[in-house]
Amino acid sequence: MSAKPAIRLLVNPIACCGHGVCAELLPELIALDEWGYPLVSDKPVPANLAKQARRTVTDCPALALLLTER
Amino acid sequence: MSTTVDLPRRKLRLLPPPGQPAIDVAEHLARHGPLPYRGGHGLLIDDVQASGLTGRGGAAFPVHRKLTAVHRGHVAAGRPIVVANGAEGEPASAKDKSLLLLAPHLVLDGIQLAAEAVGADDAVLYVGIDKLNLSWLAGLITQRRAAGIDRVPVRLVAAPPRFIAGQESALASRISGKRALPAFTPPRVYQRGVDGRPTLVQNVETLAHLSLIGRYGPSWFRAVGTPDEPGTAICTLRQADGRVDLTEVPLGIPLTSLLDLSQCTAGGSGGSSPLGCTAVLVGGYHGAWLPAGTAAELTLSNADLRSHGASVGACVLAALPADRCGLRETARVARYLALESAGQCGPCRNGLPRIAAGFAELAMVPQGRPDPELIADVRRWAALVERRGACAHPDGTVRFVASALRTFGAEVGSHLRGHCTKPNQRPFLPVSAEPITEKDWW
Amino acid sequence: MHSSSIALWYASRATGVVCLVLTTTVVLLGLLVSRQRRLPGLPRFGVVHLHRYLSLLAVGFVSVHILTAVVDSYVSISVAAAIIPFVSSYKPLWLGLGAVSLDLMAALIVTSLVRARIGRKTWRVVHWVAYAAWPVAVVHSIGTGPDLRHGPLLWLSVSSVLAVIAAIAWRVAGSLGSGARLVPELLATHERIEAARR
Repeated sequence: MSAKPAIRLLVNPIACCGHGVCAELLPELIALDEWGYPLVSDKPVPANLAKQARRTVTDCPALALLLTER
Repeated sequence: MSTTVDLPRRKLRLLPPPGQPAIDVAEHLARHGPLPYRGGHGLLIDDVQASGLTGRGGAAFPVHRKLTAVHRGHVAAGRPIVVANGAEGEPASAKDKSLLLLAPHLVLDGIQLAAEAVGADDAVLYVGIDKLNLSWLAGLITQRRAAGIDRVPVRLVAAPPRFIAGQESALASRISGKRALPAFTPPRVYQRGVDGRPTLVQNVETLAHLSLIGRYGPSWFRAVGTPDEPGTAICTLRQADGRVDLTEVPLGIPLTSLLDLSQCTAGGSGGSSPLGCTAVLVGGYHGAWLPAGTAAELTLSNADLRSHGASVGACVLAALPADRCGLRETARVARYLALESAGQCGPCRNGLPRIAAGFAELAMVPQGRPDPELIADVRRWAALVERRGACAHPDGTVRFVASALRTFGAEVGSHLRGHCTKPNQRPFLPVSAEPITEKDWW
Repeated sequence: MHSSSIALWYASRATGVVCLVLTTTVVLLGLLVSRQRRLPGLPRFGVVHLHRYLSLLAVGFVSVHILTAVVDSYVSISVAAAIIPFVSSYKPLWLGLGAVSLDLMAALIVTSLVRARIGRKTWRVVHWVAYAAWPVAVVHSIGTGPDLRHGPLLWLSVSSVLAVIAAIAWRVAGSLGSGARLVPELLATHERIEAARR
């Protein structure tokens, strides 16, 4: 049985301009700080949230959210 | 390895004896011997690894690993480029500028050897425009190229007078013709840097050490320093009496042999003698304050300093005079650091000005009593900016400010009660006085 | 002439008007997203999703608009004329502009469907094409037939153009003063705030 590499969410802080859409779409993993910028959990994305995470990445207006296999 | 030149036994390695700048290339070659090209790519890297040379730009990253990474980029059909980083954006540091003034050929030699090691066909010397006469440096480069000393052409690129101009992705961006602003990583510059090419970025002092390792070998380099942190480093020392010294010392020496920490009062208990000092700033403006008593027992090594929340960094040490308020100095520097933010990332852009403004309120006490909530607010903002920027500027700023709250705890108490025990309000640490405008980012 | 052919011709004109309304709304919503505003009662992602779904709806209506125009025999318009600009025999200029607008729209839609895969910079550059696609579509609408030049539909076209111009001006105004320019102002603001806290 091969283990899938853990995928994590990452924000490109230069591209991010604080739209806040990500925190609405994935509140389990993303919160907003007091200035409207995302606080992203650095834990691996659980399998049941993977699809929603991918949608959230697509929906970020600034394309600032990334999924990485680090 | 050529042994026709005596291994130098004098204490100084990079810096020439005082009053004898090593500018003439013929003299330089007579003193050190010809440039020891190895005749192929990658051949120097083993010696560099054996020497244990780490970067002198602040991060102390093992040089052989960077060389290997960029060399791999060459092998994978990239076109590597070598950049000698002499930007020295830290206002309190003067070592890079001085090295280029006093021993430029060591740096230029190092560029050539590094270029050969990674397979680069061209190189850049990146220097702050406000620091040196670039046309003079250009003249030296032309001279060496004409004399056949340099195999790889070296281009001079001016760094803007900004704190983060020397950050590796900001540097790569500037050399690529854009503004000196940090970029999101990955990819790191050793993979895709200047013009998308694998880029080796090394501090000018690191390259100078490299040029001597190439000539005299790793054992010679390891003859001074500590086993884990070998070699010498050039230090900028700001003494409590206002003197600024530049000195090259082996790593691992006691801080007391660098700074006059005598007559120091522990914890700042009201001493007002300008001859003493109460605290030491280790590692520049992204470094940490240590109480003078603690510093007096430490050596210039990461092994000692890391356990106290500090690091050697770019070897900038400043002794705070006993009559100056550490909080006031920290507030001035924090304000400078906030203004030096690239402003690209929301957390840094929002957090650093708030931290600076809050700290300023705490520090400028004779104007009234600060709100006690201020400390909690500063700590909260500090926690919000760490690791949330594209570069380490917010992190370094937070380290600096947090160390001030720790080291000057007694002063914090006085300030919250509305008074400052330190009489002298004259600024001590240098910050850039130039107005900051958008065009300065060029 | 078959009445069904005239019906198709009218259907093409009608769907054309709907396309104008939809694309105008999509452009306005896009500008709203870029300035991070919400629509009352909707979460932030509501504006983003509405912008996307209305643009896909517009694709549907554009397809019907073109299909009915091609299929009807009242006027001869080939499929090629709908896609390749200025090759039509019927009103080559105005129809050609429609083809231009269609091609640009296709670029917008396709890149947006794969936006997470093509990289931020590529997607952004192509999305700027929207500033060309919409005006070209408007000129096509006004030029190809008399519908939008009289009566209520004239008011529709005029107000659409005014709304988009106003929204673009609002968008441009919002992007002045970003990045590093903000920091000194923010610092000054907070120094005032902190001083007031004493």
